[in-house]
Amino acid sequence: MLIPCPHCGPRDVQEFSYQGDATRKRPDPASTDVHAWHAYVYDRPNPAGPHREYWQHIGGCRAHIVVERDTLSHEVLGAAFASDLSNQGGTRP
Amino acid sequence: MSPRRAASTGLVDRSQALRFTFDGRTYSGHPGDTLASALLANGITLVGRSFKYHRPRGIFTAGVDEPNALVTVLSGDGREPNIPATQIELYEGLEVESQNRFPSLEYDLGALGQLAGPLLSAGFYYKTFMGPVFGPLKGTRFWMICEHAIRRAAGLGRAGYEKDPARYEEMNAFCDVLVVGAGPAGLMAAEAAAKAGRRVILAEQEPKAGGSALWSGEMIGTRPAHQWAQAMAEKLAATENVRFLPRTTVWGYYDGNTLAALERVADRPSGTAKGLPRLRLWNIRAGKVVLATGSLERPVVFPGNDRPGVMLAGAAERYARQYGVLPGERIAVFTNNDGAYRAAAALRKAGAGVVAIVDVRPEISDAARALAQEAGVEPLLGHAVTGTAGKRLTRITIQRFDAATGRVSGDGRPVDVDCLAVSGGWSPTIHLASQAGGKPVWDEALHAFLPPSPMQPWVGAGAFAGAKTTVEALSTGRDAGLAAAGKKPSRARLPAVTAPALDPAPAPVLEIKAAGKAFVDLQNDVTAEDVRLAHREGFISVEHLKRYTTLGMATDQGKTSNLPGLAIMADARGLPIPEVGTTRFRPPFSPVSIGALAADRHRHFKPDRLTPMHDWHVGHGARMMEAGLWHRPMIYGQPGETVEQAYIREAAAVRRSVGICDVSTLGKIAVKGPDAAEFLDRVYTNTFSTLPIGKARYGLMLREDGIVLDDGTTWRLGAHDFLMTTTTANAGKVMQHLEYFLDAVWPHLKVHVTSVTDQWAGAAVAGPDARRVLEACVTGTGVDNVALPFMGIVHGRIAGAPVMICRLSFSGELAYEVYCGAGHGAHVWEALMDAGEPFAITPYGMEALGALRIEKGHVTGAEIDGRTTARDLYLDGMLSKKKPFIGSALMDRESLIDKNRLRLVGIVSLDGQPLGGGAHVVEKGSLDELGASIGHITAACYSPALERHIGLALVKGGKSRHGTRAFVSDPLRKRFGPVEIVSHHFYDPEGRRMHG
Repeated sequence: MLIPCPHCGPRDVQEFSYQGDATRKRPDPASTDVHAWHAYVYDRPNPAGPHREYWQHIGGCRAHIVVERDTLSHEVLGAAFASDLSNQGGTRP
Repeated sequence: MSPRRAASTGLVDRSQALRFTFDGRTYSGHPGDTLASALLANGITLVGRSFKYHRPRGIFTAGVDEPNALVTVLSGDGREPNIPATQIELYEGLEVESQNRFPSLEYDLGALGQLAGPLLSAGFYYKTFMGPVFGPLKGTRFWMICEHAIRRAAGLGRAGYEKDPARYEEMNAFCDVLVVGAGPAGLMAAEAAAKAGRRVILAEQEPKAGGSALWSGEMIGTRPAHQWAQAMAEKLAATENVRFLPRTTVWGYYDGNTLAALERVADRPSGTAKGLPRLRLWNIRAGKVVLATGSLERPVVFPGNDRPGVMLAGAAERYARQYGVLPGERIAVFTNNDGAYRAAAALRKAGAGVVAIVDVRPEISDAARALAQEAGVEPLLGHAVTGTAGKRLTRITIQRFDAATGRVSGDGRPVDVDCLAVSGGWSPTIHLASQAGGKPVWDEALHAFLPPSPMQPWVGAGAFAGAKTTVEALSTGRDAGLAAAGKKPSRARLPAVTAPALDPAPAPVLEIKAAGKAFVDLQNDVTAEDVRLAHREGFISVEHLKRYTTLGMATDQGKTSNLPGLAIMADARGLPIPEVGTTRFRPPFSPVSIGALAADRHRHFKPDRLTPMHDWHVGHGARMMEAGLWHRPMIYGQPGETVEQAYIREAAAVRRSVGICDVSTLGKIAVKGPDAAEFLDRVYTNTFSTLPIGKARYGLMLREDGIVLDDGTTWRLGAHDFLMTTTTANAGKVMQHLEYFLDAVWPHLKVHVTSVTDQWAGAAVAGPDARRVLEACVTGTGVDNVALPFMGIVHGRIAGAPVMICRLSFSGELAYEVYCGAGHGAHVWEALMDAGEPFAITPYGMEALGALRIEKGHVTGAEIDGRTTARDLYLDGMLSKKKPFIGSALMDRESLIDKNRLRLVGIVSLDGQPLGGGAHVVEKGSLDELGASIGHITAACYSPALERHIGLALVKGGKSRHGTRAFVSDPLRKRFGPVEIVSHHFYDPEGRRMHG
């Protein structure tokens, strides 16, 4: 599988480290809502089809990349820097 | 001349003889032979015993599809089993033996098992071993013993125990166009793509390019087809943008147009190929792929179709034309299509007697009739072979056959033959296309599955794509090459092909139903009756059929049995074949040696990490150990010392005077930026924004789920400048953790993290005399208690080199960590050794470091094991209540604050015997009787300070058990003994020594 790193270009999947679901939203740091935290840490959808995932380019620029990938065909539909798409929820940044 | 070598035909080099041995007897062949062709040339037709019934078996094909003729190749002490004789290029001194026979191939006791044949039908194992056992054997292990014996009787070759001396290699390659298969279509495709300027890889599994051109007997242009192919291959090999890889099987088609191939570089004893690997594994990334993998002939299934001497018609033709070998002297042909007539003519021309052509069809084409005439026989139309005889084939039985009803009628007519060439038509080799995704498409005319429409960028050509003639192969090949190069099809003239105008469509007959065992899968001994049994018992889906009968699961993966098996199931279900479906092909296309898959990958480019002081350690008697990628001193052994004696001496020296330890391996991360302090407050459980410049603080990190991630000290070097240290083992993990939060969660924080582990060398100087050592060598700064208090940081020089010194202690003694640029590491280390000489400074290794930390009750990776919380480790004091931090939201969940969790304690051995890491702690029991575990020992040592065997442990309830007795239970190491549970702060619990 090739992952199109927005910084380094298309690279082999072996250069990347899978960092999990990128659709999760981190609750406000001050939040004490255990259910929201639980959902963020543990609950993972397992879609058959397009999915967004974090891949870190550990063998390259080390950036975390949000990759949209079809889990059925492994086709990569898009890739963007995670830093452009903060997953921090809540009001306090 | 061998008895079966044809007078004039063949492409082998007869000027040279090669000797080889088969089951200990020496024979001879020629360069260009395979083992199979050489055996046949020597009149050997019995080459193996079958998997289940030990039936005598011969050579069935001439290529990669061989199910029967599996042999073990011997080289020195090594043995490689289950190699098809058709895939072994003959070489001088080749030694092989036959398989699955005892005491000999000729007289095999296992064949008696045939008498039990009816018992060993499909599903035998499931029915027998999964079902209940009745009678006197009830409740015994009877069936398990039977199973053992049965599994021994069945089988293939035996693997060796010797280390494989061969070398294997892995190669990555890139190309615009990968052409798989160098037959007429593949050669045309490669030429067209190369002419368009594309970088081309042309892979061919056989040693020679040409495919069917090597044995079709056709003319391409003005030359015999094999000469045309050779000229094309030579031209392509000499083209700059073409890489021609003969002996290379493309065996896997993966995502992103990545294909795996296996090249047999020097697949023979080392010595003949100095420096070359035996096999080379290729990972090929192709822009486009041209699949020109041709087609594979399938047999007709009939009773007795497995006897040595029965082979595919195309194979017989190939032996005659390519190898100049006669597979028999009295040959009959049995077919449902025109193709076998060409084989009959070829065999006759090579000098064999063709005694009969048996055809299930009532009518044949004129071209076929003409070929029959060339072969010198009148074809028996509307007939079928219904039986065979002989250990080696001696006779066949022929009966009338109605292709429309599938019925056999009339009396059997015996014909004496020593070879029967069978053809059931041809199936495109769609394996790679199927791996790439998509469902194969049924073609009624060819009575075969065609490749699916592409799910990945590949183009099909030749027989693979359903081409019926060589002319079509040439044109589809060229167009495929052009298409792969992004060009339009060409209208330029193709070379003319001279070939008989055969009808490509076979009669839809793949099985003759008559009495006797008729084999579908020759390698796994699956019969037509087994397929019907599976149907009767409800295993009607192809996937169930495969698993229930093992049809198509052998090393040949059903290359000859796939379609006949489907046809029989379709017949049983009363459905057309495409409605029964086909299994999806999976990699590998043909077997791949494990050695090649495990090819030397240079440890995946993982380095051996050596500290700047490495050579010093080795030069001073250090015994090194690997800690992750790092090499660290375990002990600095003195002559005659054991490991235990060495670490006790080293640890005692630290407590008594002073020791020095290389801590360069600690993870070091520079955390810089205006928001660095804020970031650390979020990352650590305790507060760092209040840390003064020039001071260090011990910090604890949790994961998001509230479990401890790592600990270490972080030093504030400036307002926006921190140096974080991590444990050696977790350096990479912590770095990723920080990067995740900075990238994905808080990208707005103005912080940058950089791993600087390799930039700094570090030495810990520890012991009551540590300050005196520094006083003797540090310039530019004071190191007294005022200038350098506990957790203070100063900058100075040692022997001219700039150093940064932090006063912190892992050992519990007065201690300092001295850091300098990695390039000065050895220099500063030696200066510290010189300065420490008056105090008998002692270098200490990992073992002593471990003993010192256990005495102090400091936690490390053994306790921070991914399951423990801060409370479990009695580090609750570090959990800030004033701010949220990573893990703070989930760390107080009910089960994480349970009082009865495994929590940190100290353990003291009461019987003077050592404790072992991993041993359980129990309240009662004995060496033989296991008690219920209340926890386990995480680390243990002999404590020189306490003069006892001690350890750290995680025990239910932790502190509440202090002062109680328990036992260590370590059945693997035969250790059981009394212990006392105590505080994990064994030594100087108030910390007076390190603050002193």
